[in-house]
Amino acid sequence: MAFNHYILVCGGTGCESSNADKIYKNLKAAAEGHNIEKDVQIVKTGCFGFCEKGPIVKVLPEESFYVEVKPEDAEEIIGEHIVKGRPVSRLQYREAGKENAGIENISFYQKQVRVVLRNCGFINPEDINEYIARDGYAALEKALFSMSPDDVIEELKTSGLRGRGGAGFPTWRKWLFTKQVEDADQKYVVCNADEGDPGAYMDRSVLEGDPHSVLEAMAIAGYTVGASKGFIYIRAEYPLAINRLKIAIAQARELGLLGDSILGSEFSFDIEIRLGAGAFVCGEETALLASIEGERGMPKPRPPFPATKGLWDKPTVINNVETWANIPVILTKGGEWFAGIGTESSKGTKVFALTGKINNSGLVEVPMGTPLRDIVYNIGGGIPNGRKFKAVQTGGPSGGVITADNIDVPIDFEHLQELGSIMGSGGMIVMDEDDCIVDVAKFYLEFTVEESCGKCAPCRIGGRKLYNILDKISKGKGTAEDLEKIQSIGHAMKRASLCGLGQTAPNPALSSMHYFADEYRAHIEDKNCPAGVCTDLVRYTVIEDKCIGCGLCARKCPVSCISGEKRQPHFIDQDKCIKCGECFNACKFDAILRK
Amino acid sequence: MAKLNLEALRKLREENKQALEIRDTENKTIQIIIGMGTSGIAAGAKQTLKAFTDLLRERNLTQVSLRQAGSIGLDHAEPVVEVRMPGMPDIIYGKVDPKVAEQIIEQHIIGKELLNEHVFDRPARDIVQD
Repeated sequence: MAFNHYILVCGGTGCESSNADKIYKNLKAAAEGHNIEKDVQIVKTGCFGFCEKGPIVKVLPEESFYVEVKPEDAEEIIGEHIVKGRPVSRLQYREAGKENAGIENISFYQKQVRVVLRNCGFINPEDINEYIARDGYAALEKALFSMSPDDVIEELKTSGLRGRGGAGFPTWRKWLFTKQVEDADQKYVVCNADEGDPGAYMDRSVLEGDPHSVLEAMAIAGYTVGASKGFIYIRAEYPLAINRLKIAIAQARELGLLGDSILGSEFSFDIEIRLGAGAFVCGEETALLASIEGERGMPKPRPPFPATKGLWDKPTVINNVETWANIPVILTKGGEWFAGIGTESSKGTKVFALTGKINNSGLVEVPMGTPLRDIVYNIGGGIPNGRKFKAVQTGGPSGGVITADNIDVPIDFEHLQELGSIMGSGGMIVMDEDDCIVDVAKFYLEFTVEESCGKCAPCRIGGRKLYNILDKISKGKGTAEDLEKIQSIGHAMKRASLCGLGQTAPNPALSSMHYFADEYRAHIEDKNCPAGVCTDLVRYTVIEDKCIGCGLCARKCPVSCISGEKRQPHFIDQDKCIKCGECFNACKFDAILRK
Repeated sequence: MAKLNLEALRKLREENKQALEIRDTENKTIQIIIGMGTSGIAAGAKQTLKAFTDLLRERNLTQVSLRQAGSIGLDHAEPVVEVRMPGMPDIIYGKVDPKVAEQIIEQHIIGKELLNEHVFDRPARDIVQD
């Protein structure tokens, strides 16, 4: 027999440390006290996020959401809510004085609004019927039979959708430029699926979970701008996404949703896949188009923009996967609905790939303007092992850091730019106190140097120079002039590089220097790495008073540089030590000093 | 399949809508949905899928349909499985290895009880249904 109620007690690390276990036991005892243990099941769950408001208790099926529950509240939850059916209002979560405008019926505690990811994890991506059942191809149907191309552009304009590839250019305007070219015998529609930022994988997830949404949107664009051919440029490292796209294209063709005279209308449109070899620069639109044409993927100066002179010099609409995935919803639910989500200048939602030092890593889709604090603490579940939050890198190798001081700034295109970062594709890498900011900046520079195509000197030479300076600083050989050099080289690259890769490559270094100047100075002046990451600046020594001589560190040491008698303080041979930190992690008595 | 015209597409959508709600076309009232995105597969979703397939066959549970989907985005909890059945709330289970898969069959589907320690929160409401 099934239960009438289910009580879920969050058992994440955060709630666990604030008495969740006691709450769980008290609830069970209270249920038994009322003789209703047969009607209600009480379980502990995985982390619900929302750790700031923990411990969390949720009651199903009515979905009551209780926050900051204390063990002594258990009796009231059982007695009032379960027995008498009156939810305990003083414990219920309330939004602090704000309602998400435009979405009245959104569940009151959930921070996420899933527009782009609406079907991911729910439909079978390899079965077109399931997509159709979820209003799939209804937007294409609407466009073809009840809207003119101008209507579609007007709807996009109302929605306020801006490009999700990172730069945020208004999508309607891009489409309009292409539509307005009249003397072209051929136009193209291109999907940029060359997601290359370290730590970003939202485009991959959309293509793996809901490939038809991209196909449908591209067909709508074809109808709107007068293009009959589309290309999806996707990196070969995404075999599963490629496979599902192929299946989706085949199924759409079979049903006549792609191909000649779609749904019996006069509009014909077909899509082909082009594989990229995984060069980061090929995510830049002009380099991407060169790559589709079979050239080496290198950027070209803009203007002319692809919208008027793109693939094989024909007018080309090129948008990123996430931008495409928004479009069917905008047509089916209306631009007004979409514009009701987000901020004044940035409408809709943004998908972030939350990774790094965070409890609940994963894909997060939130309305634009959501503060970072909500993402890190309410959805991400905070920092593991009780470490301190240090910063978040947004926008990957082209972006910058957001520090604890700015954790309440609403995240949208403008605010991120003000902070010296960018929206970028939506990678969000969380760092804690154990991450060295110089090391992180060096990592990104290493990446952009590796990925620079070498066409223009500022990026090719400047990037390498920047990397060398950072490397020097991380080895304790930096000087005060080096910081000035980073500034001047960085700003020159920003001004003179040919494409976005070079223009934004200095961002991680410039941004981290701006916010963590003291950490750079510690590396240069004190020859010290506060986080203990830069191996050349770290020394591990045994604190003799604390060492009990258990020998655990010696057993863990991979180079056997620790010696000592049993029950006597041990000793680390600095000449042999490779500074791996194994001893530091192994010691249970904090007897190893790292500095 | 024939090429769709407008009418046929609308008809197909209605038919599939009901089927997706509950697949009683083949008397399948219970759905187990497994996340098979890259992150799920990397965490072992294929083994989980195989465990479910074997278990359903062994126990002759013909009313259960196994479905595959993309990633729901709870990467920290992969492999993620959603169970939908009449008389029970829709539940998302995380960290479902073959052993937990067996518990889901035994305890949730047959015993109508939730599993301890494996329930995760739904990330967001469904905008398509709203």
